[in-house]
Amino acid sequence: MSLVEIKNFTKEYRVGFLLKKTVAVNGLNLSIEDNEILGFLGPNGAGKTTTIKAILGIITPTSGNITIYGNTPQDIRAKSKIGFLPEQPYFYDYLTGIEFLNFYGKLFGIERGNLKKNINSLLEEVGLERAGNTQLRKYSKGMLQRIGIAQALINDPDFVILDEPMSGLDPIGRREIREIITGLKKKGKTIFFSTHILTDVEMICDRVAIINRGKLIETGDISSLTGTEDPKYDICVESPSSETLNAIKSISETISIRGNCVYFSAGEKERDEIIRNIVTKGGKIISITPVRKSLEQIFFSKIGNHS
Amino acid sequence: MKITIIASNTFREIIRDRILYNILIFAVIIICSTVLLGKLSIGEHLKIVEDMGLSAIELFGVLISIFVGISLVHKEIDKKTIYTIISKPVSRHEFILGKLTGLILIVFTNIAIMSIVLLLMSWIISGEIHMGLLMASFMIFLEMIIITSIAILFSSFSTPFLSTLFSLSIFIIGTATTDIRNLGLKASPAAKLLTDLLYYILPNLDNFDIKLQVVYSKPIEPSYIWWVTVYSILYSAVITTLTLLIFEKRDFK
Repeated sequence: MSLVEIKNFTKEYRVGFLLKKTVAVNGLNLSIEDNEILGFLGPNGAGKTTTIKAILGIITPTSGNITIYGNTPQDIRAKSKIGFLPEQPYFYDYLTGIEFLNFYGKLFGIERGNLKKNINSLLEEVGLERAGNTQLRKYSKGMLQRIGIAQALINDPDFVILDEPMSGLDPIGRREIREIITGLKKKGKTIFFSTHILTDVEMICDRVAIINRGKLIETGDISSLTGTEDPKYDICVESPSSETLNAIKSISETISIRGNCVYFSAGEKERDEIIRNIVTKGGKIISITPVRKSLEQIFFSKIGNHS
Repeated sequence: MKITIIASNTFREIIRDRILYNILIFAVIIICSTVLLGKLSIGEHLKIVEDMGLSAIELFGVLISIFVGISLVHKEIDKKTIYTIISKPVSRHEFILGKLTGLILIVFTNIAIMSIVLLLMSWIISGEIHMGLLMASFMIFLEMIIITSIAILFSSFSTPFLSTLFSLSIFIIGTATTDIRNLGLKASPAAKLLTDLLYYILPNLDNFDIKLQVVYSKPIEPSYIWWVTVYSILYSAVITTLTLLIFEKRDFK
């Protein structure tokens, strides 16, 4: 059984004075497996946060069914195993970091002695050990995001849901969050996070689910999505003879020349041909690099097809 | 247990908010300045101070209950901090009951502070401690429990502006329910039905007004205090049940 099963989830909102119907998510099917990092990818307004809220029981589905560990999202037993970081977290800014974590820890019924230990180690883990006695109103955006993550981990959850954990962070902050996420996976946790930053997904996710305009477009392994049927290679040759150059130019384009090195782009067939030419006619192969289609290209081609 | 955790956090939130102190300092100044008004009157100096003081306590009690109460729930939803609470093993009931308890504690603390100030004023003027004033303050506190639960009811589904408007209206009409009923006695049967309906639905806040009896040191039956206490608790319980039912179904966008 999957950790989370979402079957045919649809959420409609009625907005405005005339209660006009808008569909936020339409017939979404998704399962989240144990101990995976699943990236939930989509442009702003695609329905990512709506889906997350439904998993957490903050909203109820208009139709469809969601189970967590076989229970409904409203079930207290399910909730005690979940950690959640909301999007753009504004927390109780009148609390200090320690008071803040203490408050959430107590809501989980964590015993006082353990809680104190947990808080200290969490503050260290997210790099806020010096800010524990500072009120949250004095925190920077990056610090708030980190204390938010600490808050999500206070109950040592098995399943962590992060809504846009990297938004608004600098590259260093993003790397730290990535490290925390991969660290959680090593501890056997399951992580589900939404984002629109593709590189983050590419670097750490086992699987991605792409959503646009309330519909799930694609789910799959990163490698199966990025490894296409028609692989491309970049080949670098150092000081090729003019004979070699001419032979290669007839089958491939030159991308660039830097110093003594010439770079060619080639498909699978041309690659072997080029190598043969270099070996027989003179020149030194420096590197052959497979070029994978980036997630960004896939993302745009999928979204393009659906809009 | 979780209710007390949320209640104490709510208490802390308001204690660390500057708005409360502004209201409280203003209230204390008003209560103290009744001395000046008392000086203008002939003979009835102490009574004027006590009557005005109790009215000020009631007024500021209402302001704190409504403004702080409504902003409290609304802020949680607006800043989405509520997401972090209800995604934890905390039911929505516990959230609302915790907020309500925290708010009632705050109102209690404020009424207590204002009452002590008034008691001191009365003592300075008369040289006696007039314990009846505390009784009147307790009645105001009971009244505020109802106002607080109404403020939280409205803020569980409406905007802060409308919630404030509705809560203030109910407070104002609530203090005049007996008049409304008497009005119906002289009117047509249909109008009487309406005024009776209003009388039974709206909180009968004039029950809580024992200011004049206290100021003029008239006796108050202990049974009356008991009945009014029971009325306050029952009425708030009904309102809060309604709030819980609404809040349970609510989606947070």
